[in-house]
Amino acid sequence: MSDHSHTLEAHTATGFDSRKVAIWTFIGSECMFFAALIGTYLVYHGKSLSGPTAGETLEIPLVTIGTAVLLASSFFVVLALNGAQRGDRRALVTWLSATVFCGLGFVGMQIYEFSHFVHEGLTIKTNMFGATFYTLTGFHGTHVSIGVLWLATLLILAIRGKITPDKALNLEIAALYWHFVDVVWVVIFPVVYLMKDWKP
Amino acid sequence: MATSAVSHADQIPSVYAEKRGIWSWITTVDHKRIGILYGATAFTFFLMGGIEALLIRWQLARPDNTFVTPEFYNELFTMHGTTMIFLAVMPLSATFFNYFIPLQLGARDVAFPRLNAFSYWVFLLGGLWLNSSFLFHAAPNAGWFGYANLTSTQYSPGLNIDFWMIGLQILGVSSLAAAVNFFTTVVNLRAKGMKLMRMPMFTWMSFITQVLLLLAFPVITVALILLMFDRFFGTHFYIPAAGGDPILWQHLFWIFGHPEVYILILPAFGIVSEVLPVFSRKPLFGYAAMVFSGIFIAFLGFGVWAHHMFATGMGPIADTMFSMTTMLIAIPTGVKIFNWLGTAAGGSLQMKTPMYFSLAFIAMFIIGGLSGVMHASPPADLQQTDSYFIVAHIHYVLFGGSIFALTSGAYYWWPKMFGRMLNETIGKVHFWLMFIAFNLTFFPMHFVGLHGMPRRVYTYPAGLGFETMNMLETAGAFLLALSQAVFIYNIIKAWRGPRNAPADPWNGATLEWATTSPPQEFNFAVEPEVHSRDPLWERKRQEGRLPEPQRVSGQGIHMPRPSFWPLLTATGVAGIFISMMMIPYLGWWFVVAMVLWFLFSVFNWVFEPV
Repeated sequence: MSDHSHTLEAHTATGFDSRKVAIWTFIGSECMFFAALIGTYLVYHGKSLSGPTAGETLEIPLVTIGTAVLLASSFFVVLALNGAQRGDRRALVTWLSATVFCGLGFVGMQIYEFSHFVHEGLTIKTNMFGATFYTLTGFHGTHVSIGVLWLATLLILAIRGKITPDKALNLEIAALYWHFVDVVWVVIFPVVYLMKDWKP
Repeated sequence: MATSAVSHADQIPSVYAEKRGIWSWITTVDHKRIGILYGATAFTFFLMGGIEALLIRWQLARPDNTFVTPEFYNELFTMHGTTMIFLAVMPLSATFFNYFIPLQLGARDVAFPRLNAFSYWVFLLGGLWLNSSFLFHAAPNAGWFGYANLTSTQYSPGLNIDFWMIGLQILGVSSLAAAVNFFTTVVNLRAKGMKLMRMPMFTWMSFITQVLLLLAFPVITVALILLMFDRFFGTHFYIPAAGGDPILWQHLFWIFGHPEVYILILPAFGIVSEVLPVFSRKPLFGYAAMVFSGIFIAFLGFGVWAHHMFATGMGPIADTMFSMTTMLIAIPTGVKIFNWLGTAAGGSLQMKTPMYFSLAFIAMFIIGGLSGVMHASPPADLQQTDSYFIVAHIHYVLFGGSIFALTSGAYYWWPKMFGRMLNETIGKVHFWLMFIAFNLTFFPMHFVGLHGMPRRVYTYPAGLGFETMNMLETAGAFLLALSQAVFIYNIIKAWRGPRNAPADPWNGATLEWATTSPPQEFNFAVEPEVHSRDPLWERKRQEGRLPEPQRVSGQGIHMPRPSFWPLLTATGVAGIFISMMMIPYLGWWFVVAMVLWFLFSVFNWVFEPV
């Protein structure tokens, strides 16, 4: 792991960089955020007084591709981090570009999906399904977008040669967040899409 | 000892002097200065919440009173509760987190000094926003727990609830940022040899509090987001006519709300666990039991939320489970109380003002705890819920508990924070006045509550037997205000006096007493090393009386530079939330502008050299 000259202490009590401890702490907190949102979605599943329902609306094939793209991006960011740590700028830039590209692809998929549903008559106001679906997946999408912005910033730095092996931790922290956002989707995808016809 | 301290304080050469001026406070990233900012701001809000309480008590002094309108009364009790919880007790605890966690750990600052400043500015902006609602005659008015569907646009069409939910969202950002920071600080910035099981008890309890903040606040964030969507974007999360469920609000709110009461009391437990050993001249009794009972309380705190909801009719199984887990909490709490008594028992008690407040804390908190166990039982709770009995309970644990402990902490740590001792005689007058007034105000509420006086109702008819008790309560409330005036007088008197407090006025055991009063920016000239739970007592045993620590130049110690980006980023966060409230008036462009402003500040922050 890289030493960090910027932090207050050259060494820490645990040996982990404080920023790494902080991002894990933040991720722990975010778990409760998504737990509350997913809980709300499940509580209201099948409680809509009028259509369209989850079973009538959601389309699995498109989102399966989106899921695959997002999961692949988690793999790519690992390769990018490996490149950063080895000082292999070409690998870093290549795989980080792929990560950002995949992240943008997922967000694009979600924008397409949302606008498609709105055209079909499902807005956030329509019924309980609309409210819970847009809120849950929308907040996940916001997290993905923040991740894309973060990783794109790092990509620009990488292209300029600013992410040297001793600064690889900057990417590692962003990658931890990125993996977390993926893991949340791994929960949302079955709960929202695969269980769309589930009758509570 | 005092004279030598005076002389060296007067002779501080200019290179050792502290930074001065308003700009140095705006850009500060020093945890001690941020602590003082928290303290001053929170105490101001505490006084505002107190004035709201006095207006409530004036209205209730006599039956059928018309001093305030029912509408304004709703605003008063809502703002009183919200202010005291989110703007007074929490940030007063944060004052001590800021000032003393790094000092007790033997660290130079918190893990993320700029994030720490950010937390303070967000807190300030959130508190100001919440209170600015009074200027628009639209103060929040649905109670501090804002039950749905009182908060729906149908029943609350005005801006009142908007101010409340936006204010709480802003404050939540502050709490979460601070919690990440302090959690990391405790994990990573412990001095050499400071193992977890050697940490001072205040730092331990504060550490557990950070975990509670981290896990509880996201839930109210979601609850408030859903409320925001209901009010701004036309969803129906809490509206039964469209398939929503107002009870969901209660669940989400109390999943946050019950851990929140431990967020309010655990730091108090920590303060008392510092004060009692020092003034009993004995190490804390049962250190490990204290740590694990604290952890157990926090863990159980997430499994008891629905005891706030027995009246909603959850059915016998849920009632039984939540009743049992609630009663279980009495066990670790009892462990703590017996350990405090064990600490004082057989000690040579030094009856200084901090000790008075800490001993009173134990007694008052037991009373509050006992009434808490009473309404852990659903049949008893159904008699007590929504009555003044609950008001009595909450004030015995939060005022008799938290505020007494925080006052104890103020007297204990004042010399360290400001280099000036608070006056002992005035302190004892403050104590007796506050102790008597507190009991006069809140003890009769048990009786009127059990006699059936409901809370949150702006008046009561004559002839129900409430008159005498209410008059006593009002008299007590004004005496309580007087006791705070005595405290303020003590502060002003100390302020005007010389800066002559020694580094270690109480013969303390923990590291904050090993450095100058107040500590220099870098806290310790040499980073301390720790070999036991009471490092300073151990050193004094080995070396006899320690020499008064001297101020040094601190050359070569790298401290983070001041920065104004935390403040500007805080305006961005507050601006984003406030702009959402303005959508009906200003449209979406203001939201977009605020998001861009926030991103601009964040990028400048990130790329600022430290």
